[in-house]
Amino acid sequence: MINNALRYLYFLLIVRPFVLVVIGLNARDLDRLPKHGPAIVVANHNSHLDTMVLMALFGMNRLHCVRPVAAADHFLRNKWMAWFSTKIIGIIPLKRDMKGVRTDPLAALSEAIQDNQILLLFPEGSRGQPEVREKFKTGVAHIAKRHPEVPITPVFLHGLGKALPKGEGVLVPFFCDVFVGEPLAWKGDRANFMAEMEQSIDNLASQVHQPEF
Amino acid sequence: MFDHLSTHVLLTLFGIVVALVTSNAILWIATRKNPTRDLTEVSLRLKTWWMIVGLFSLVLLISQTASIVFMAFVSFLALKEFLSLIPTRRADHRVLFWAYLAIPIQYYWIYSHWFGLFIIFIPVYMFMWLPTRMVSIGETDGFLRAVGTLHWGLMTTVFSLSHAAYLLVLTPGETSLVKPQWSSEAAAACSGVSLLLLLVLLTQFNDIAQFCWGKMLGSRKVAPKVSPGKTWGGLLGGVASTVALASVLGPWLTCMDLTRSAIAGLIIGISGFFADLSISALKRDLGVKDSGFSLPGHGGILDRVDSLTFTAPLFFHFVYYCYGEVVAR
Repeated sequence: MINNALRYLYFLLIVRPFVLVVIGLNARDLDRLPKHGPAIVVANHNSHLDTMVLMALFGMNRLHCVRPVAAADHFLRNKWMAWFSTKIIGIIPLKRDMKGVRTDPLAALSEAIQDNQILLLFPEGSRGQPEVREKFKTGVAHIAKRHPEVPITPVFLHGLGKALPKGEGVLVPFFCDVFVGEPLAWKGDRANFMAEMEQSIDNLASQVHQPEF
Repeated sequence: MFDHLSTHVLLTLFGIVVALVTSNAILWIATRKNPTRDLTEVSLRLKTWWMIVGLFSLVLLISQTASIVFMAFVSFLALKEFLSLIPTRRADHRVLFWAYLAIPIQYYWIYSHWFGLFIIFIPVYMFMWLPTRMVSIGETDGFLRAVGTLHWGLMTTVFSLSHAAYLLVLTPGETSLVKPQWSSEAAAACSGVSLLLLLVLLTQFNDIAQFCWGKMLGSRKVAPKVSPGKTWGGLLGGVASTVALASVLGPWLTCMDLTRSAIAGLIIGISGFFADLSISALKRDLGVKDSGFSLPGHGGILDRVDSLTFTAPLFFHFVYYCYGEVVAR
């Protein structure tokens, strides 16, 4: 109860003003974002700011059902971080290294989908090089296969890797471009599904103005 | 309420609102007369004008400090837009942070009426500090481009625009070159606000007048490669309209007499035109149509404040030359 109130206030008073004023968004086709759960949103990953921007895009009305999926080893590394990540940001922790573990790593994600939540996934798995898209990991295909009726909306973010790249502690404001694509659906084939999703994100990326001398 | 503003300033703001209402009425009639014509862009543009005028009036009404903070915020948005538009080097991350930090510092000099530092902080100290920081990081590939573009951005979006804010704290000196004349004592009490209002009003009016005259007459283009829409007819008609408005408004609103007001109008008319062109050239060079998306119907912040980047410092120095303290010079 208190955590929920804190979560609401944190997004209303800190995240939203920060994302909209300090960063600033140039967002296109926002109406393509899912209006309600269950749904999955996949985006490219360059910066910790990605999650904040995506969550701000959903507005305060949908905040209660938006759940970013994030690495357990990083976000649960101590007690305080764990509380902040799971209760305030509302992440669903995902164990990245599953070698030799027998439990289902994606159980929490399935549960959230059954609970009509909107999952935010970064299929690159890590922020990596700023403004460079890594190859997508196939975990998202497992989820799509289990829940073929859930729409998967691709989003491309540009600029945040410049604002706060991996390994940089100082934030420098840059406008962030947001492109939302048409929702994809699972059609029964993993390789095709992954290719379609990567293609969709790359198509969105090709619309962005990439300045060069 | 609003004791710090003269009736002249309030009436001018009211006049702007009346002009907007009139534009809305014209738009309404135009849509009724010809429903097939698509005027959504114009309507969006007008809506954004309402927002700009509303915000600007509000901060003027609140206080001088609020107005300075607001102008600093405009500089921040303009610099952010500029840096998002141009190519930047990954290595310069922290250098860019310093460029942003120049904004509160520059506007602090205004707040504290520190003219000496206001006028040299960016052209001298930042001009040296940014390359110093860059070489201490050590990336030489693209050094000249990086330091050149960054300094140009800082000069236009922060240094130039901050001159508009300095008008707020500029009080005509007793020993000035030209004797200040006010239409009333109330007008004298808020000379800074009235100068800022005159500058912003004339600059934006000039933009619109040039656009309208350009649409109505003129086929000979001034700079076809940079901006094919700009014609000699538009330029001359716009400058004439701006001089006319300046001559009417200046002597009534500010400390300037008729001659100085007309000269101010001429300065704003001509320099506003070339500032507009230079931002157009920048956008053309980078291959974008608008500088951003923050102002629906207008484009970005830079698309709106482009003319001010030249008119603000030139108008300021003209006023300062005529009405500044001789001792301070």
